[in-house]
Order: sequence, then structure tokens, then C-alpha cells
Amino acid sequence: MLYIFRRLVLFIVTVALVSIITFGVFQILPGDPVKTMLGTEADEVQIESLRKELGLDRPLHEQYMEWVQGLFTGDLGNSIRFSMPVSDLLMDRLPVTLSVASLALVIVLFVALPLGIFVAKRQNKLSDVLLSSATQLGMAIPSFWLGMILIIYIGMNFDFFKINGYVPWSESIAGALSTLVLPALTIAIPQIAVKFRYVRTSILEQMQLDYVRTIRSKGLPEKIVMYKHILKNSMIPILTIFGLITAEVVAGTIIVEQVFALPGVGQLLITSISYRDFPLVQGIVMYITVTVVFINFVVDILYSVIDPRIRLR
Amino acid sequence: MFKRKYWLVLALLFVMFIISACSEEGTETNTENEGEKETATATPAGPQEIRVRVNDDPDFLDPHRATASLSFQQILNMFEGLFLPQPDGSLTEGLAESYEVSEDGLTYTFKIRQGVKFHNGDPLTTDDVVYTFERLMGLNSGEKLSKNFDNVASIDAPDDTTFVMTLKEPNSNFLYSLTALQSAILPKSNDGKHNENPIGTGPFAFAKYSPGTNLELKKNEEYWQEGLPYLDKVTFVYQSDDQAAVMNLLAGEVDLTGVPGHRVAEVEGSFNISHQNNNSSLIITFNEEKEPFNNLKVRQAINMAISKQDIIDSIFSGYATPQGSNMSPAMGDYYLDGLQDVYSFDVEKAKKLLAEAGYPDGFKTKITVSSHNDMYPNIAQIAVENLKQIGIDVEIETVEWGIWLERVYFGRDYEMTTIDLTGRPSAYEILNDYISTNDNENFFRFKNDEYDQVMADVLKETDREKQIEYYQRAQEILTEQATAVYIADYEILWGSKKNITGLKSYPFWFHDMKEVKFN
Repeated sequence: MLYIFRRLVLFIVTVALVSIITFGVFQILPGDPVKTMLGTEADEVQIESLRKELGLDRPLHEQYMEWVQGLFTGDLGNSIRFSMPVSDLLMDRLPVTLSVASLALVIVLFVALPLGIFVAKRQNKLSDVLLSSATQLGMAIPSFWLGMILIIYIGMNFDFFKINGYVPWSESIAGALSTLVLPALTIAIPQIAVKFRYVRTSILEQMQLDYVRTIRSKGLPEKIVMYKHILKNSMIPILTIFGLITAEVVAGTIIVEQVFALPGVGQLLITSISYRDFPLVQGIVMYITVTVVFINFVVDILYSVIDPRIRLR
Repeated sequence: MFKRKYWLVLALLFVMFIISACSEEGTETNTENEGEKETATATPAGPQEIRVRVNDDPDFLDPHRATASLSFQQILNMFEGLFLPQPDGSLTEGLAESYEVSEDGLTYTFKIRQGVKFHNGDPLTTDDVVYTFERLMGLNSGEKLSKNFDNVASIDAPDDTTFVMTLKEPNSNFLYSLTALQSAILPKSNDGKHNENPIGTGPFAFAKYSPGTNLELKKNEEYWQEGLPYLDKVTFVYQSDDQAAVMNLLAGEVDLTGVPGHRVAEVEGSFNISHQNNNSSLIITFNEEKEPFNNLKVRQAINMAISKQDIIDSIFSGYATPQGSNMSPAMGDYYLDGLQDVYSFDVEKAKKLLAEAGYPDGFKTKITVSSHNDMYPNIAQIAVENLKQIGIDVEIETVEWGIWLERVYFGRDYEMTTIDLTGRPSAYEILNDYISTNDNENFFRFKNDEYDQVMADVLKETDREKQIEYYQRAQEILTEQATAVYIADYEILWGSKKNITGLKSYPFWFHDMKEVKFN
């Protein structure tokens, strides 16, 4: 219980620090959001009118405190660029990002884990060498290049796949999948490469330990040795890397969303930064922070479930 | 014992995914399920729904607050003013059925068209017209939204069909302030909601706006121009990358998009290509208050050293019309031909001028360009290579659009830069950037007494032939003073599906969908 409480405090402190840092950084960045938005056609009447409406004429500490107060009621303020509540914009975008993220994670989970186990059992055999080399390539490919390759060779040749835009699930399940599969693959392939290596390494490490030799000499079947003992003990590092991947993917895959023109959180972040749309940037950064910290929190809890010794620290 | 812990792990993992799923489900229930309504009316074959690619979102849906060209490109389909701009830059009566101007040029009397309806079903009345101008002028509780009407002394609606505006001083350009670009007529009943639920009298009504994704407009079934529009739905799809947009066109995911010049060859076999004069002026300009750009000979030398044709061929694949002043041929009679050859590319003459100006060995300077469009850094690179030949050493500084605006355009903290000045239907508004007292737009710091006089006199002149003379003289002055390097009006090339007809080109950014249809 103390373990959980300590993690919770860390959670809150991290979120608070990030919000202060983001606010501070944004004040340092050059570029006026009002002028950026209105462009060369604006005159001073329109500039001042908009600045006042957005509350940008008020002292910084007032702006920050108002934002913090709003946070506790779920009110993240209004976007400068889009003239809409930030929470509405996020709610519009989250289904896209979370859909891609979930699909990518499922792919990673069902490919990397079995593959890692398979190869670990065949260390230094041909399949091990081939797959390790292939994953080396997987890690090296930049996601934007992979995205473009998938668009050109798969998207343009199979009518099922849409190369741009997004179809909501509520409209058509097949339509949604047609827009999500390629982006999910683009995310998943490099992650499979990373994950696979960790699984393989982790299992190999366990295989070197004395307890494995002992249980084998007791005559237990190989399946039990592998899945009941080795895999279970491998879960700490596997869970760590899995948590990192989840946090990374769920927080928004900016490059992939950009390449596929998916209207997700990552794309929204780029737009908001270039327009100096502080309320929107802060809202998105807060979402990403809470998501990442929460996932780490869950991973920490899972640690103590998997390995009770950790609970005692 | 082990089994209990495994179940606990599974439960926690399950909860994690449920949390993801909950967000989706929550949003799904809010999504409107708009069923496709089948109209029994005799319409042309094929779907009457068009998807038009646009670079970016509008800044506002409220036409009184919108300023970006790109906003009007889309929202002008929803709104109308007292006058309607035409593709040739002229104006025709819109919501004003007719008008009269008093002898002294001060009083404008408009007859408001009857039988027009707003998208919410309300009839157009003089109350809405009065409300519109009061809003723009900030006459009621609100802020002033535009300075276009600072010259208006009073507005009045003496009866149900008449609207009167009285000016403080005569202004022959005044009618150009009465299109939807400046004063879209909005319904009084929609006050306070013009941005979230825009309502106008235009051929299309607002349906839905998904920020960063698209803007959906639907047919105005009660449009006052009978039989129009043909389309049932227009979707403006946002895609900032030109290359991706062309792929979207090829893949059939959009029906109309701009096509970069170098990709025309791969598109034109399967699609229609139409050419539109942008009616913009692409310029390389200087801060004329800074040495050495305050020297006429230096500016002339730079004009002669930069090859317009290199820029036109390399960046626009030839699809551009060279200019010599701040006016495009798209403006018809107002345009003064011949100025594009005044500073022909001539390195030797440029060197001589530079020497006469006191810089026989050249000088060092910087050009600051925005990165939000590849065109600008590319133009800067060609200009820099050209200028090397006469000894001018230019550093290229590429900045973000927001910073370019803040430092260069508004802050005037620059030496050289490049930009294209947006096209407008009014010759006056195209040229008034250079008036020395127009501090808001004169970021070149240009100052010329004759120019100021010409631009003041043209507003008092009512005879069109004489107006044309004034505007042409203004263009000459800009050329004589080598105010900028006037490169070209580059063409916008539109790729569209072959069965689409009715597209029009305006001398400003406007995707007019009113008469567009699929055959």
C-alpha cells in the first residue's frame, strides 16, 4: 500500500512539473499566436480585438492560474487556432490516435512475443541469425519512409486500403480498418524489432540461470520449463519495454499521423505549436503526460504483482 | 496461488484496454448518424458531392473575423454581400438589387433584394443589413471588427426595402467594401454564434466543421438564384502537403486540388487541368529604410541581377506570368503592360549601377524567408545565386511563418525577404500597400509623394477611364523606384476529375461551387 501511495505522489508531482515547464517554455518561444493566425491581411483593429477575446492581454500568472482551475473541472480552455474548446478537440482526436495505437499494440504483442520465444529456443541457429538481422533492419527504418513505402506499394495497389484520411468506426468498421491498418503497421514494425530483441535477450538470460538447470534435471516437460518458469521470470524487463512502447504509441504518433494525414492527437500538436496555440498545446501535453505517467504507474503496480519482492521496497 | 496472480495480471491488462475503448465509445455516441437522403429530383448522373482539397483550416468561420485568403476560399460559398464579385474582377448586384449614388458622391442608397432567405429560414430584411454594418463598425456593445467603414458617417434603413449609407468623404472604391469578403450580410437572430454555427444567404449552408480534417457544406435548398446550386454537398478536405494532395487526386480521394507545376505531366492525362491567374504579386523586396536599400541604384541593380525567368522555370515549371510592378494581368484594363521588361536581366548593367551607387565590390546582406511554403526558400536560393554574380553576398535565413510575421511583416526587422502579396478584386486594395501612411501593410517602408497623391486622387475620381490612368501611373512609379523585384503572378493549376464542370477562376482565392456539377 505504501508502495502504491509513493507511486501516486510521484504521478501528481510529475504532472504538476510538466504543466509549469510547458507554460514557461511557451512564453519564451517567439511568435505571436494572434498575428500567426490572422496573417498579413489583418489590421491592428482585428489583432487587438482577438487578443482581448483570448485573454492574452492579461498577466501571465493570471492566465496560468485560470488554466489550472479549469483543469480541475475538465475545462482546458479554448483553442486559439480553432476557436473551440480544447477538450472537444481532444475528444474528436483521441479515437483516431487510440485506434491506431491499440491496433499497433495488438500487432506487436502477437508478433514480437511469440517470435522472441521461438528464436530464443533456437539460439545461434539459422532462424535466429536471419530474424535478428531482419529486426536490425526493422529498427533502422525511419517511420516516415516506411509509411511512404506502404502507401506506394500497398495503398496504391489494393483498393481496400485508404492512403489518407480517416473513417470513423461508427460509419464503417471496414472503412475504419482500411484507414488504420497501414498506419498501425508503420508503427508496429519498428516496435516489433525492438520488442522481439528484448524478449529474446530476456529469455536467454533466464535460460542461463541455475534454477532452469535444476528444474530440467527434475525431468519437467520443456513446455512447463519455458512457459511456467522462464517466461514468468522474464516478465519484468518485457513489461518494462512493453510499457514504454505503450506510452510512446498512445501519446500520439506524430510522424505517422502526418504521413497518413490521420486527424489524431499528434497531428493536432504540430498544428497547435506552429500557431502558438498555447491552450491547445498545454491541453495536449497534459494529456500525453497523464497518459505516460499513468501507464508507468500501472507498470509499477504490475511489477509488484509479478514479483512480490518489489513490494517490500 | 500462482493462478490467482495470473488472473490479477490479466484483469489489470484488461482494464488498461477498457480505458482506451471507453474513450472511443464515449465519442461514438456523440457522432451524428446522418442518413443519406435520396432526392427524387431529376439530377445529372453521378454523385453530386464534391471533395475539394484545401491547404489548411479557415482562421474563422465568421466572415467578419476571417482574414486569411484561405478562409474566404471556402466560406464565401456560404455568404454574400450587397455586391457579388465576378471572375473578371467586376461587381454585380447581390443582396442589393440596385443602388444610387448622390451627386456629391457621399450618399449611397441601396434597394435590398426581396425574397432572399438565410440558411435558418429567416427572410433577409433591412434589419439584418443594419445589424451587419453596426457589428462591423462596432456601433453597439461590441468591438469594431473592421476599419473599412471608418469613412462611413451614418447608416439608415428608412423603410423595409431601403438601406442608406452616408460617407464622410467621397470614395470611388467604396463598393468594393460591400462584397462578402468585407461585409457578408449576417442574420441578426444568429448574434453571438456566427463562428460556431455560421449562417448566410449563400448557395451552400454550413453542415459540419471538423478542425484539421474538413469542412462540410450542404446545398441551400432555398437559394435566391433559382436552380442553383447543383451540388448537394461540398467537402473541403485539409491537406497541407502538395505531393500528398496529388496522390489523393490520383487515388480518387479528392475531386479537385491544386497541382504543382512539375507534376502536371502525370496528372493531365486522366484529369482536367485548369489555369488560374493567382492575381498575386510574387516579390523579392527590401526594407527601404535600411542602407543600402535606401539607394535607388542599388535596388535597380538587384532588379537587373535577378533572373525572373530562372525563377519561373525552376519553381513554377513555366506556369507564371512575369511582372514588372505590383499588378497582375488578371486585373485586365487596370494592368499596365510593358513594365515587366523595364529591368531585363542584365548582369553587366547591374554591376555598373552598383558601382555608381558606391558599392563596386558589392556588399553583404540577409534574406529572411518563411518556411511554411517551399516556394519561398527555393526562390531565395535562386536569387542568392543570381546576386553573387554582382558581388552581393546574401545569407538565407529561414524562419517559421509565425516568426516571419512577427519580425518581418509587423516588426519590419529585416533587410530582404520574399512573399507573394494576395490578390484582391479591387485595384485600389492591391496598390494601397505602398501608401506611406498605410503603416499596417507598407512593410517595405516605401515613401513617395507622387504615389501618395495619385492614390488619394483616384478615390475622388468617378470616371473609370481616368481611374485606370491613375492606377497605371501608380504602377509606373513602383517600377521607376524599383520598389521590389516584381517576379511574377504564378498560376494556380487545378486538377479535377474529367466529369466536373462549372469551375470558375476569380482574381482572388475563392472556390466558387455555385455552378459546379458532375456530368
